[in-house]
Amino acid sequence: MLAVKNLSIRQGDFNLHDINFQIEKGKYVVLMGKTGCGKTTIMEAILGLRKIHSGELLLNGLDISRLKPSERMIGYVPQDGALFSSMDVQSNLGFALRIRKWKKDQIAARVSELADLLGVDYLLSRKISGLSGGERQRIALGRGLAFYPEFLCLDEPLSALDEPTRDEMYELLLKLKKELNITALHVTHSKKDAKILADQIIKIEDGKIV
Amino acid sequence: MNKGDLPEREKGKFRPKRNWPFLLVMGIISSTYILLIVGMMYADLTFTTPGHILEALKSEEIQYATKLSLITCTVTMLLSLVVAIPTGYIMTRYDFPGKRLLDAILDIPIILPPLVIGLSLLILFQTAPGKFIESHVRITYTVYSVVIAQFMVACAFAVRTMNVTFSQINSRQEEVALTLGCSKGQAFWMILLPQTKNGILTAGSLAWARALGEFGPILVFSGATRMRTEVLPTTVFLEMSVGNIEAAVAVSLIMIFAGFGVLMVVRYFGNIGFFKTID
Repeated sequence: MLAVKNLSIRQGDFNLHDINFQIEKGKYVVLMGKTGCGKTTIMEAILGLRKIHSGELLLNGLDISRLKPSERMIGYVPQDGALFSSMDVQSNLGFALRIRKWKKDQIAARVSELADLLGVDYLLSRKISGLSGGERQRIALGRGLAFYPEFLCLDEPLSALDEPTRDEMYELLLKLKKELNITALHVTHSKKDAKILADQIIKIEDGKIV
Repeated sequence: MNKGDLPEREKGKFRPKRNWPFLLVMGIISSTYILLIVGMMYADLTFTTPGHILEALKSEEIQYATKLSLITCTVTMLLSLVVAIPTGYIMTRYDFPGKRLLDAILDIPIILPPLVIGLSLLILFQTAPGKFIESHVRITYTVYSVVIAQFMVACAFAVRTMNVTFSQINSRQEEVALTLGCSKGQAFWMILLPQTKNGILTAGSLAWARALGEFGPILVFSGATRMRTEVLPTTVFLEMSVGNIEAAVAVSLIMIFAGFGVLMVVRYFGNIGFFKTID
């Protein structure tokens, strides 16, 4: 469970005050709002990529608001995938495990398990530069899930995809939701994303939760 | 709006201006400069013969200068990269008070007249800390001073290039790496640095080429002693001052070819900053 309590973020002219919401374990929550309303900023604060001014972030009871991003155990799927361009697909998928000093055969097993789950087995030894948008997002998902994170953050993961690819990704995300029982926060401005995926919708307007 | 809707007076009257006079002027202006560059190279090449170059290469002094130039330029290039990579990283990935001032300071060696850099170095080594260093290792008028003089200028170009390189790389990949368990150092080595290969190559070549052509600071800070602190630009200067133009041109050609080699490397790998290729 993730609880955001009285979160305030200040950056230049842009301020967010007293953000409060809660995401129950196993729920897929969609955070909606217009471009520039601060929804990505909130996500970055949860991930630890942005300093918070005050407030608490509780992940399963533990206050993570002062932890480094590397210590938070939160998976991250950014908008454009941001796959590691200097590595091939399997190195991307296994990256978090390599950092955790898993043994090679353990990493290989986990990578092939993820590839099965995401339907990307045929891509494993490919370079990043040749991948399609949908393939990139699948790999980004797998990379973020590899280390069994307690929570998953998705930042507009489908916004750059064409309609048919989007529908495939909806199917995949619904399948992951069911099979892995993931707790997730999905930031988007798309009503369709929210309608199809969300267990709960949080809307943000003018820096406030409504 | 179709033509029928236009007022009567506009029909058939408007003739757009022709393009060729504009393009002709632009073309003439730019080709003048290109002609000058090519003309210079051509003149150098036809002034001397392969015999002259070979003869120049046989001279012990010139062999020494060539060797010293190659060694010092390479050392300078490596030092410049060692400094430019962390500097560029900090200047592009972090915000802190006084950053604009530091950024301006990093440009000083580029805008300062070369002779002034040499003189300033000479004075620096007359101060108390400078004298302390000199009392342990002799710097002024030695080979070390050649490297320092080259480094002071070349490094500024390497820093600029690395700044451009890092700022063109979105930090998103590094941020993802942090969430996956990386420290900042790991994200730098494993994610960011592999993406900067071409930038590093460009920065290195640029530093090397700058170092090869450096003359003013070396003349002041290292002197122009044959078989000691003589690098190729010093040779050109010394040969010219005794009226041996052939040898001066021959040595110049050696430097031109070396410079061309570097330029090829930069054009081939460098897709950044002011060396951006046209396509």
